[in-house]
Amino acid sequence: MDEDNGAPVVATEHSKAKPVRQERARKQTSLQLELLQTAPIPLRVKLSCGAGDLLVLVGPSGSGKTSILRAIAGLLQPANGTIECGGTVLLDTGRGISMTPQDRAVGFVFQDYALFPHMSALQNVAMALGNGCHDEIATNGTVDEREELARELLAKVNLTGLEQRLPDALSGGQKQRVALARALARNPRVLLLDEPFSAVDQMTRERLKRELSALRAELNIPIIMVTHDLDEALALADQICVISRGRTLQQGTPDEVRLTPQRPLVARLMGQTNIFPGVVEQPSDGVMPGILRCGDQRLEVRDTGSFSQGSTVSWLAPSDHIVLHRRGRPSRGERENPLGGQITALAQLGEHTAVTVKLSSLQDAHVNFKVTSHAARRNELCVGVQVTLSILAEGIHLMPPPKRARE
Amino acid sequence: MDWTAFGLSLKLAAWSCVILLPLALLLARALAWAQFRAKPLIEALIMLPLVLPPTVLGYYLLVGLAPSSTLGAGLAKLTGGPLVFTFSGILLASLIVNLPFAVQPMQRAFEAIPVNVREAAWVSGLSYWRTFTRVELPLAWPGIVSAIALVFAHTLGEFGVILMVGGSIPGETRTAAIAIYDNMQAFRGDAAAAMAAALLAFSFVTLAVVYLAGARQGNRTRAGQGTRAGQGAASDGTPSRGRISKGARPNG
Repeated sequence: MDEDNGAPVVATEHSKAKPVRQERARKQTSLQLELLQTAPIPLRVKLSCGAGDLLVLVGPSGSGKTSILRAIAGLLQPANGTIECGGTVLLDTGRGISMTPQDRAVGFVFQDYALFPHMSALQNVAMALGNGCHDEIATNGTVDEREELARELLAKVNLTGLEQRLPDALSGGQKQRVALARALARNPRVLLLDEPFSAVDQMTRERLKRELSALRAELNIPIIMVTHDLDEALALADQICVISRGRTLQQGTPDEVRLTPQRPLVARLMGQTNIFPGVVEQPSDGVMPGILRCGDQRLEVRDTGSFSQGSTVSWLAPSDHIVLHRRGRPSRGERENPLGGQITALAQLGEHTAVTVKLSSLQDAHVNFKVTSHAARRNELCVGVQVTLSILAEGIHLMPPPKRARE
Repeated sequence: MDWTAFGLSLKLAAWSCVILLPLALLLARALAWAQFRAKPLIEALIMLPLVLPPTVLGYYLLVGLAPSSTLGAGLAKLTGGPLVFTFSGILLASLIVNLPFAVQPMQRAFEAIPVNVREAAWVSGLSYWRTFTRVELPLAWPGIVSAIALVFAHTLGEFGVILMVGGSIPGETRTAAIAIYDNMQAFRGDAAAAMAAALLAFSFVTLAVVYLAGARQGNRTRAGQGTRAGQGAASDGTPSRGRISKGARPNG
């Protein structure tokens, strides 16, 4: 591959760019949410999700992700807040409006599915039909018609033939499909998925993800999913909302929150580790790149944003903007922020190898990135070896320094 | 063979079941899911008849229900006559004595239903009543059957409290268990033996029938239940293993 042409070995983590989804006129059916409460679970949340979009809530365990889903479903009553979906006000504490969970017509797939254990797959789905949902047959149809509709829903999630099985006789992936069919049975305004892939094996997970992607295109309602798996979030999301301690920190496209986080905390929650302190020596001006001083080292930065000369900043070097130079053979791109250091850790993770380099020219800072495993082998990378690398000027992102020491 | 006494026992057991079923359902469901500070105290109070000697309970009921007491006078006014030494009196005593047998298995059965299964029902559009009838009741069924069986069997065998509150008035408060005791006191061994055998056989058959039905239902429910919920139901709710632990479980 590239190294045979003398090109640098490019770190590969998340380097696949997502196509930009076309912005559709989806205001009417989008979901807008604002929650504010201090106890029992502190929440300060503001987010929105367009119809047909998949919004993924990302954050550590206990950060309040599930609480947000429960608030949308009406299972948690926040002290203050408004939730609006497709022009319908589900909650407005200021005006004393709070629809019951029954009236909200929300599709909720619980983390452990919460199927009715004494009912067959078909009964589980049929149970959710005819409870005031928009569909004519579902509401006014006969038992047979409703059963037929439930069958169709199960067929839609590829469960034909398993209609009569009790939940206990279904695999994790099958249970999840029943839960999904049940959630869709109400023709919901919004679909909520709580860690939908956490309890299934890897192969099932991949298949379910593909099915979810296909379903999203078909449904044209807001879909909100909770996960703590960053790869899953980056692969599936149209929008990511980063949450920590009950607060929404940033919402944006996967690339926005990953590459241009507003705060170091967001960067860390998005799995970024290469965050260092620095001072803006010269802001960029649109034509010329800016200069960032980090100890004795000066780094080129394509865009210094709104930071003025002399600003103390935190800067992020996304791992896919770190280029390891070929050992023993010069290549293009080596003039861009070249830094020397020593490999301190190396871990092969299947196709990729995680590399940690201690940069002597950057105050012994440790940078982490991944290379393809075959590139690591060809370059004879091992712990203790001296290497040089480039941090690409276009990837360096400046942020205000952390508000608290722990960020 | 004292058929009157036998019939009275059955009548008392049946009425106890009929009255306790809705009452215990409400209590058990509330205790299973509601969280309030006085919950352990209420649980302890309900379990009290299980650990008190029947004579102690009978004493307080007798004193409390006597027309001379405020409560007894009030109840007498309400029911049109004094409660002590009447069928209504022994029925009330039976209800109190049987409360733990009715509440405990039902409470355990309701506790075994995962919260999010109920929430899933609400989100699916089922009203709270439909959630109760279509989801909660079927899942708690083994515990409910267990409770009914225990109340019925226990009432047939209740002796001490009924003797204290009701005395031994034929046709009114003289149940089979008391009739056996009276026969023995009067050296009518044969009559006592016949009654005892009949009571034994009837109790066993009743329990066996109810437990068999419950076990079948329990298996069906358990087969459908997730492991977590299933274990809870198996150890606490199903009649086949539905023995009640003596003493209240602190804090539910």
